[in-house]
Amino acid sequence: MKRNQALEKVIHGVFLLLGLIAVGCVLLITVYLVISGIPAIREIGIIDFLFGREWASTAAEPKYGILPFILTSVYGTAGAIVIGVPVGFMTAVYISKLASFKVRAVMQSAVSLLAGIPSVVYGLVGMLVLVPGIRKIFDVPDGASLLAAIIVLAIMILPSIIKMSITALDAVPKEYEDASLALGATPIETYFKVSVPAAKSGIAAAVVLGVGRAIGEAMAVMMVAGNVPNMPTSLFQSVRFLTTAVSSEMAYSSGLQRQALFSIALVLFLFIMLINAALNFFLKREKE
Amino acid sequence: MLKQSLSGKRKNYGVLMKALMLLAVGCTAALVIFILVYVLVQGVPNINWELLSTKPSYLTERIGILPDILNTVYIVIATLFIVLPLGVGAAIYLTEYASNKKLVGIIEYAAETLAGIPSIIYGLVGMLLFSNSMGTCLMAGALTLVIMNLPTIMRTAQESLKTVPQSYREGAFGLGAGKWRVVRTVVLPGCVDGVVTGCILSVGRILGESAALLFTAGFAHAVNGIVDGLASPGATLTVALYVYAKEQGEFGVAFTIAAILMVLTVLINFAAALVQKHFAKRRSL
Repeated sequence: MKRNQALEKVIHGVFLLLGLIAVGCVLLITVYLVISGIPAIREIGIIDFLFGREWASTAAEPKYGILPFILTSVYGTAGAIVIGVPVGFMTAVYISKLASFKVRAVMQSAVSLLAGIPSVVYGLVGMLVLVPGIRKIFDVPDGASLLAAIIVLAIMILPSIIKMSITALDAVPKEYEDASLALGATPIETYFKVSVPAAKSGIAAAVVLGVGRAIGEAMAVMMVAGNVPNMPTSLFQSVRFLTTAVSSEMAYSSGLQRQALFSIALVLFLFIMLINAALNFFLKREKE
Repeated sequence: MLKQSLSGKRKNYGVLMKALMLLAVGCTAALVIFILVYVLVQGVPNINWELLSTKPSYLTERIGILPDILNTVYIVIATLFIVLPLGVGAAIYLTEYASNKKLVGIIEYAAETLAGIPSIIYGLVGMLLFSNSMGTCLMAGALTLVIMNLPTIMRTAQESLKTVPQSYREGAFGLGAGKWRVVRTVVLPGCVDGVVTGCILSVGRILGESAALLFTAGFAHAVNGIVDGLASPGATLTVALYVYAKEQGEFGVAFTIAAILMVLTVLINFAAALVQKHFAKRRSL
């Protein structure tokens, strides 16, 4: 009997350890990023690092200002949201409220497929369709630009926004809609003036999730944005994002340059943590 | 009875909204069809046995993707092998053992945070954590992917554990079984569907992953057995696609790999839907 109890205790401990792995991983990632990201920020100076307008890491007199990357990431994400959210939102309302059973099933599997396509495939198609297309239509020397990245990102966040909005819209109690219809509102009026406001926390969460996806995407953006550390002053400029700034120089970097790349990752990580906190806030409100 | 008609303004609103919705749905559907057809049309004609069964050779100047296929298989196996016990164990702790609500909240918050971290950050941390100590190799990549996929496995296992009826556990306890015995014989079999779903989702994620592998698993193209393979650097299909397209301008090969990945993605989605349907049916019986 005593041996059994001891065994139970050991097993309980093992499962506790397994349960704590996720917490350990988050702590490990945070600690590693902070430890490796701080030295360069200290050496460069936080103001020069965050608000420096020039990145010239391999120049004789290297400059490490990441404002161009921050602005590019912000503009790129904002652009993707401006295009992706209306399309995703309208699609979600249609699938959730208007579509027949069959159309709903087909569209849902199409959206899942869109979510499952690897980002390098988006990058490849963007490289060979979007980039030459932009060059021809807008008559610019190089189509690899902020605009190309925005379009690719808008497509890539579409499935997250659609899926999460559908979940939120499906959860709206049927009574709300019935009441609205009984008062004489048309079905369309009911969906947009009753169902959507009732699901607004969930839809807000969908948008925040899209922001997180867009700001964290690296490979597809790397393939279509041109990857030159310019300030993003026009849609047709070749630009570099926070994510691509890390990956494009990592292979051959050393010394302060390498440390600065870790600092960029730390800045990106802080952005993501803020977005996660916002996401949690909206999800909690949705549950209530 | 008089038939009341809507005012013009309300009628227009309805028509406009409906048109916008149809436009959005049309855009989404057209996009999926375009990407699918474009990649398959560009890629499928290039698929041949020689490409699939050889490695790249500078002598004959041909490209083969056998090493990339093998590397992908190895990394999927290694990742699942490690992440399954960890993820299922964590899920069992959360649903069966944990009594402290605060701790459960912290663990779940940590899992959500992990799910939100972009893969480039995983790649960087994986490089610092694993590649710096064991060298750039598939195993370092697999360990990075373990952390990435942990939340997926945890969530799916947890969801299926919640569907095991409480009365089963009570029955087993009533017959005098200890906690561990109940977990092993009653609870674990109940989470098979969650584990299968989690595996399918994880395989899809691993297949599509590139940013996290670039600096942890490297991009070599050598044919190895699984043990040597895991210990040496190697490119998976997605990483190979990136290298061929971006660095070498070999778009033919890139599209072939893209077509293979697309077919696999479709199959994975299909399998996930099928599994879900199967288990939903069994549960309702």
